[in-house]
Amino acid sequence: MDFTYDDEQDALRDAVRGLLTKAYGDFEQRRQTTKVDPGFSEKTWTQMAEMGLLGLPFSEDDGGVGAGPVEIAIVCQELGRVVAPEPYLHAVVLAGGLVAACGSAEQRGELLGALSAGERLLAFAHDEPGSRWAATASGVSATEDGGSWTLSGTKEPVVQGARADTLVVSAQLPDGGTGLFVVDGEAATRTGYPTYDGGRAAKVVLDSTPATPLGEPGRDLASSIATILDLGRIMAGNQAIGAMEVALRQTTEYLKSRKQFGVPLSTFQALTFRAADMYVSLELATSLVQWATMVVESGDPDAVRDAAARAGLQVSRAGRHVGQEAIQLHGGIGMTAEYAVGSYTSVLTMLEHLLGDGSHHLTGLSERITDHEDLDPLAIA
Amino acid sequence: MQLALSAEDQKFREQMRTFFTTEVSEDIRRAVIEGRELTKEQIVESQQTLNKAGLAVPHWPTEWGGQDWSDLQRHIWNEEMQRAGVPTPLAFNASMIGPVLAQFGSQEIKERFLPKTANLDIWWSQGFSEPDAGSDLASLRTTAVKDGDDWVVNGQKTWTTLGQYGDWIFTLVRTDPDVKKQAGISMLLIDMTSPGLTVRPIELIDGGHEVNEVWFEDVRVPAENLVGELNSGWTIAKFLLGNERVGVAPVGTTKRILARAKSLAGERASEPLLAARIAELENDLLALELTALRVVAHSADGEPHPASSVLKLRGTELQQAVSELMVDLAGPASIASGAGGDSALDEWTHHTTPTYLNLRKASIYGGSNEIQRQIISRTILGL
Repeated sequence: MDFTYDDEQDALRDAVRGLLTKAYGDFEQRRQTTKVDPGFSEKTWTQMAEMGLLGLPFSEDDGGVGAGPVEIAIVCQELGRVVAPEPYLHAVVLAGGLVAACGSAEQRGELLGALSAGERLLAFAHDEPGSRWAATASGVSATEDGGSWTLSGTKEPVVQGARADTLVVSAQLPDGGTGLFVVDGEAATRTGYPTYDGGRAAKVVLDSTPATPLGEPGRDLASSIATILDLGRIMAGNQAIGAMEVALRQTTEYLKSRKQFGVPLSTFQALTFRAADMYVSLELATSLVQWATMVVESGDPDAVRDAAARAGLQVSRAGRHVGQEAIQLHGGIGMTAEYAVGSYTSVLTMLEHLLGDGSHHLTGLSERITDHEDLDPLAIA
Repeated sequence: MQLALSAEDQKFREQMRTFFTTEVSEDIRRAVIEGRELTKEQIVESQQTLNKAGLAVPHWPTEWGGQDWSDLQRHIWNEEMQRAGVPTPLAFNASMIGPVLAQFGSQEIKERFLPKTANLDIWWSQGFSEPDAGSDLASLRTTAVKDGDDWVVNGQKTWTTLGQYGDWIFTLVRTDPDVKKQAGISMLLIDMTSPGLTVRPIELIDGGHEVNEVWFEDVRVPAENLVGELNSGWTIAKFLLGNERVGVAPVGTTKRILARAKSLAGERASEPLLAARIAELENDLLALELTALRVVAHSADGEPHPASSVLKLRGTELQQAVSELMVDLAGPASIASGAGGDSALDEWTHHTTPTYLNLRKASIYGGSNEIQRQIISRTILGL
């Protein structure tokens, strides 16, 4: 049992931190970047590609690096620390992850090679009006005619759906089940808009739009989708703990420097105790997220599902607590867009609702409480 | 990063599990699991069983019965013990005065006290708190004045846990009234049968007798019972209280009780609100256990990781929350705390409310949770 990074992982973290600090160390740079479409820096994205970050999870045969979940987690934590707007989670972890898990060798080589090189942006078009974090699709239907497939229906919100070159779309199959399809971005009708966290999302309308099945045509891939969503939950958790760590640090620095009634705010115990409670929330969430990241390595989908729900629940509780208190302890300045801390709270809110909120995960865990006597975190290995 | 225990630690864990579930008296473990109060004899018997196998004081120096274990192995030992319902070795002996004597005591004091302390042949009491010195311990007023070869002690200690069983008491006394309050304190070991020493019970809200007042009226204590240097009591106390916080989050016990709550709930465990409450507690406990493992993995040179304050704070909160759950599970039966053997109610229900009330202490002792927040905000956050 070991909770520390090895030398290579330390080096990766330092390199990613260096790149992202240069890009967004000054919060104003992040603000300017998110003001204009596509809401992230193409230059930073290219630099991430050059560093090998976009191909991190994919095998070398597919044009990637073949790294494990701990390395992906390191990148996500660093993205969270500067609330970087780059769509790593959506394009690499989710869309890329599905191509890697379900695509044919040819599709993997083509799509993942281009994604890793920063040449082609993927988006995962899965959420539908009315859906709540399901692994299945019902609002978009797939139709086959003589070996050619088309899709019809609406996906929204699709993160970076307007900018994406290629969409990975989930759709209901003619014989039931949920399949995955590759759709050229230009072939869909896309209406993009900004989101509260500085990101971009889109409504994607498909109307007999030509689509290529990902992997074997007609196969139900709901369980693959579920597993990738679980991985996404854990990586979103890593991004959240990076963000919480910095939100707490900004808050403590503010308490030390801001004077009221002639003394620093840190002389008021009512405030320092609340900061201490934020630290407790952060530490506990960090423990669960690190553990869940290690569970991913076990490769057991049931264990990963359970760990993702547990991490999701803890991150939901901690993210709301840390985010809300960070603004409150800053006072009015915390409400302004120019000052960073409010954006951290926005991003924490987005991360929670991207892949399942606390109530969603708690409901699932509650239904399974009689499956075990007590939890043994070391038993999953 | 690596989740699995090494083969060696895995084997160690199985050894501990086997020992605790087969070598410690089934009656005693059953009493712990059912939530019954243990007798003094049961606590002594259990510790002596552990001590015979070298498992009572593994964190002591090896020459005094300790084991050369890693921090992780100590953690596993502690967790498995709690999981099996084995009473943990008496904290006053094993975690508090033992390590202090091994660190600060003279060779004579070590030889005289340490073996008997490990084996619970001596039952130690703690004489720190006073009516006007709780969290502000340095304000204590009990005095010790030198008279020939003796110290003459006068004053009052309070909250002396299980003092009614105590053979000896380790005591902080004021030996110099004229210096800064932290600088004039010493530690004395006092035989509780000494003339002038009186133990008076304090009744608590759970109806039990667990704590006491201890009065000293011209109690004569031989000079050689001073621990360490004269007026070094504050340093010793900080060392002792630092040890006290380590392992103070009873994760194993709380997990065992929560698992039991699920089985006692039976079909009700599927009621949505109850199920959610249990699931949330399980998740919080998992986060706490993993945090304990991170602290264990990162503690350097025996110094506790700063986040150990998180363990005390959250560990006691969850311990209290699970005791509250048990009361709610018992429902109206929880009122029947005084029911005897002919009660028609399940026996476990009798213990739920006294335990819940008793555990309100957990966020007060060992450095109150407000003190822990203070430590976190000052030491970790630099506020």
